[in-house]
Amino acid sequence: MIRSEWFFWLVGAVFLIMAAQMAGDRTNPKRHGSAAFWGLLGVAFVYSSWVADGSAPAEPLGVAVLVMICLGGFGFTGKGVPRTTDDRERTELAARWGNRLFVPALTIPLVAVVCSVLVAKWSIGGEPVLEDGSETILGLGIGALIALGVGMWVLRERSPSVPVHAGRSLLESMGWALLLPQLLAVLGAIFQTAGVGTQVGRITEEVLPDGQRLAAVALYCVGMAVFTIIMGNAFAAFPVMTAAVGWPVLLVQMDGSPAGVMAVGMLAGFCGTLVTPMAANFNLVPAALLELKDQYGPIKAQAPTAAAMLGCNIAIIYFFAF
Amino acid sequence: MVVLLGVVVVVLGFATRRNPLLVVGVAGIATGLLGELSPAEILRAFGDGFASSRSVTIFAITLPVIGLLERNGLQQQARTLIGKLGGLTTGRFLMLYLALRQLTAAFGLQSIGGPAQSVRPMIAPMAEAAAERRNGGRPLPEPVREKVRSHSSGADTVGLFFGEDCFLAIGSILLITGFVNSTYDTHLEPLSLALWAVPTAVCAFLVHGARLLRLDGTLERELAAYEAAHGTGNGAGHAARDAARISLTKDAATRTGTDTGRGADRASGTTGEGAE
Repeated sequence: MIRSEWFFWLVGAVFLIMAAQMAGDRTNPKRHGSAAFWGLLGVAFVYSSWVADGSAPAEPLGVAVLVMICLGGFGFTGKGVPRTTDDRERTELAARWGNRLFVPALTIPLVAVVCSVLVAKWSIGGEPVLEDGSETILGLGIGALIALGVGMWVLRERSPSVPVHAGRSLLESMGWALLLPQLLAVLGAIFQTAGVGTQVGRITEEVLPDGQRLAAVALYCVGMAVFTIIMGNAFAAFPVMTAAVGWPVLLVQMDGSPAGVMAVGMLAGFCGTLVTPMAANFNLVPAALLELKDQYGPIKAQAPTAAAMLGCNIAIIYFFAF
Repeated sequence: MVVLLGVVVVVLGFATRRNPLLVVGVAGIATGLLGELSPAEILRAFGDGFASSRSVTIFAITLPVIGLLERNGLQQQARTLIGKLGGLTTGRFLMLYLALRQLTAAFGLQSIGGPAQSVRPMIAPMAEAAAERRNGGRPLPEPVREKVRSHSSGADTVGLFFGEDCFLAIGSILLITGFVNSTYDTHLEPLSLALWAVPTAVCAFLVHGARLLRLDGTLERELAAYEAAHGTGNGAGHAARDAARISLTKDAATRTGTDTGRGADRASGTTGEGAE
């Protein structure tokens, strides 16, 4: 069985190799800080395997995370000057390779889809080929590896250090933003443990007007969106808002359609995800990957759609779910 | 009520554009302390949270192959390809991608797109190339380029969010059935939830698709305004930009005078460092 942990180790190993390269990169004015940050991230990725299955204490990992926060947050990371091709060379290379360049790029999604749809159903000797519940992650990882092989073959690139170096310069230009999605997941968990959800539910119950259907629907949807903006994740908002408004008021008191209210309510939460920096993997990571000056660029592009869709979702529940 | 102060820390931190890592770190510690967790429990929360959320960082494994393809001209080829399709404007192209993303996600193929897999290597360069053609083949001024890239990412995310819930076996549908069926002792079918997601998906395509079509007009106006303010793009503005680039990076000095922008971007440091 191919386990997801193997891929986390592989990602950790990639971070460690890149960190070792960074430590020796004299074009990077902050090479020691960068190497420390990415090296620590690599170690944390591997060590996490034992934290996840409960066989190692989580406290040292917590300390490592706080150290990474300080390294990234106080500006100890930087980037070197990549040894790469310039625009003129790239245009010439593009003319030489032509559309063959798309083959490896399209291999990643293709393999990912094949893994999650087909390979996920395979099993050898009663044991699934891919670890249960990790098909998507494994598909992405296997897809990236196969695509790398295909890419090196198509582009007749023999040296593995070339893609590693190219990947490292992408990593350096993204910087610490890469760590942010994981940290926000941590914050969401701490909010939950500390009882932020219960408080928000209590406040929502207090402002709930009695017996007005439109107001109750709007409160449920807006509540989902606002709570998602705070937590960065509609999944965290759903149980709280459903317990506070959705179930007792919209379903029990006003007799709505359970499937309609719940499904569309969740989508109202997604409107919040579109506009919150807390959902870093959807909003801030793309900004970093696309090397935008304004890290809120994607949020600004999505905000009007999010507002309109919130209105649509309220209308859909109000008109069709009762 | 006092635990909500952690939320206030986050809102203030993001609003005043402090370094997001520090904002999240401080908010996490503060909320933990206010929620009466011990320091050891807070450390454990950070550690456990990191360990269980590693899957969101696994896209880093795609970076070597993307980097290899980019240094061999992937983005330039994406531009060439889109340049051959005459009628395809930025807005129309992104609308097509939105439709494709929604449909594939609705059939359970969420991993077909994403910022690392499709937007950076293919979608954003293609959208930029379509805009450059409207600009007479000249590179885009920075604010316009940022807008095009932001919308490339936006189309990907909106398409995913309002497509995936039409699929039965997606996390959010399973969360709803799991939570409702166990908490309230009732029975909800994933299929009926997925069907209820269809009207919203259609609305999302109409709303965001219309916005993307209108984007073409907006880009044209902004390009015209930029031309008016900075000359025709071959004159003073161009020289000033070239000069600025040389001051930003050593290797820019070795570049040729052709202005395609992207290489300079990378050197000028945008994401984390640039945002502070």
